[in-house]
Amino acid sequence: MKIAVCVKQVPDSWAEKKMVNGVLDREGVDAVLNDLDEYAVEEALRIVEAHGGNEEGAPNSVTIISMGPERATEAIRKALSMGANDAILVSDAALAGSDALATSKVLAEVIKNGGFDLIICGTESTDARMSVIPAMLSQRLGWAQLTFASAVAVDPAASSITISRTTEAGIDAITAKLPAVVSVVEKINEPRYPSFKGIMAAKKKTIESRDLAAVGVSAESAWSLVADSAPRPPRAAGVKVTDEGNGGNELAKFLVEKKFI
Amino acid sequence: MSQIFILADFAGDKCTKTTAELATAGARGGSVTAIVLAAPGAGAALAAAVKQGPIANVLVVESADFATHGVAAAADAIAQIIAQKSPSALLVASHAFGKEVAGRVAVATDSGIITDAVDVSADLTATQLVFGGSTTVHSKVSKGVSVITVRPNSVEADLADSIPAVENLSITISDSAKLATTTSSTPPVKGGRPELTEAQVVVSGGRGTNGDFTAVEAFADSLGAAVGASRAATDAGWYPHSHQVGQTGKTVSPQLYVACGISGAIQHRAGMQTSKTIAVVNKDPEAPIFDLADFGVVGDLFAVLPQATQGVTAQKS
Repeated sequence: MKIAVCVKQVPDSWAEKKMVNGVLDREGVDAVLNDLDEYAVEEALRIVEAHGGNEEGAPNSVTIISMGPERATEAIRKALSMGANDAILVSDAALAGSDALATSKVLAEVIKNGGFDLIICGTESTDARMSVIPAMLSQRLGWAQLTFASAVAVDPAASSITISRTTEAGIDAITAKLPAVVSVVEKINEPRYPSFKGIMAAKKKTIESRDLAAVGVSAESAWSLVADSAPRPPRAAGVKVTDEGNGGNELAKFLVEKKFI
Repeated sequence: MSQIFILADFAGDKCTKTTAELATAGARGGSVTAIVLAAPGAGAALAAAVKQGPIANVLVVESADFATHGVAAAADAIAQIIAQKSPSALLVASHAFGKEVAGRVAVATDSGIITDAVDVSADLTATQLVFGGSTTVHSKVSKGVSVITVRPNSVEADLADSIPAVENLSITISDSAKLATTTSSTPPVKGGRPELTEAQVVVSGGRGTNGDFTAVEAFADSLGAAVGASRAATDAGWYPHSHQVGQTGKTVSPQLYVACGISGAIQHRAGMQTSKTIAVVNKDPEAPIFDLADFGVVGDLFAVLPQATQGVTAQKS
């Protein structure tokens, strides 16, 4: 079984972010592997480990696919040090500022030509937070969509997959034949920390870099345009009281004044 | 007059207030048509429930595939409707289902998409609050139909009743939208509390609870509020991940947000700082969360919250 995990390098979710010329300023902040993608990498590794592993000579492999600047190799190394086999990074100046439609188009093209059985993604990136790439990939590839999975079971012999889709609308059991696109929610697993051995091994693993010509798609004009962006004004300072035995009553009084009660 | 389509939003067979919000935003730009996707035989009843808000027309599509093939079937039907009727925009509620449907429709119709809009103007410019609400962005779709997902609770809904004209459409769902099959569905467990992202009031607990959410829950219940938690609290296993508010959890924008024992790291602020009114209870007077507070109490939440709960309950009776 060949699994691909789509990952994104994002600004550290604990860092302040700002817009420059209508796009996120990615230069001035620490960049990390998107938190939520770690769950996807972990789930891919657990699936292959349950079905014969992904060591050399084993029947399975896990490939990391990413689109971003050359610098994204740092985030990819993290995924490789967790145990993925190799990686493909699509990097091209023409892709700077790409939206989800352009990103999904490029990723779908890489996936289509990679011979994969299963694509696993996180539910969203912590920077753009659109949560649409897995659905778009499924639509573009014509593969089954099994998203927001809190549990995944793959049956390689039957070439089928079953997930529990967990959203605010409840929990659904969903099943499909492979190939399929899956996204996993945060509570599905506990991502492993890369071991020292894993970190050393990752340094020797291949990250294949491709430009748009190598992928075989051309850059598209944007599907949407930012007219303007501005930092929101800070909130006006409020009232701060120290509890001297009456803090709860004062809080209740505030809520009454504001007509919440 | 341009045609604005919205996807009617339901909780079970109840049309949500979000539908009226989508209609209100859409009516600024044109005549609103609500799409109702229903199980066979259920269309008329669902259509009759779609009446709040400025809705001129209702389009009903009945198919058993909506229940069994979920997002893909819904998106396939909507893409076919768009191809037939050529509206200028499609507005959908910004929840997991709505965003995925919108994403697939955008690909299928080669249209641009904007997610998580908090407002949409007459010329279909969408307002988004990005980076945890620290930045306001205005943007417009520049290709195809303007596919925009709108956050619940963001647009002030016109709740006046309309008497829309109902039209039934016959649509055959494409085989390519039937690849994944739903074999069972369990509705969300309702603990008597409202859903986090749709709640008018949210009370959240963090590290300061030390794992004991009883005071937070009691206060939430006195206000009819949803309960949230910081990442510190969910990572510690004190509260379910599904209740996490923050950059890696849910984004909430309620009328009132009460942060209890939460320091206010960017990680958490990103999920709640667009709340209309913010109240804070925290022992540490230096906690950064106080910078956001309209009303802050420096004190122990285990002393302050029970007293506040009593105060609220007394006021109500």
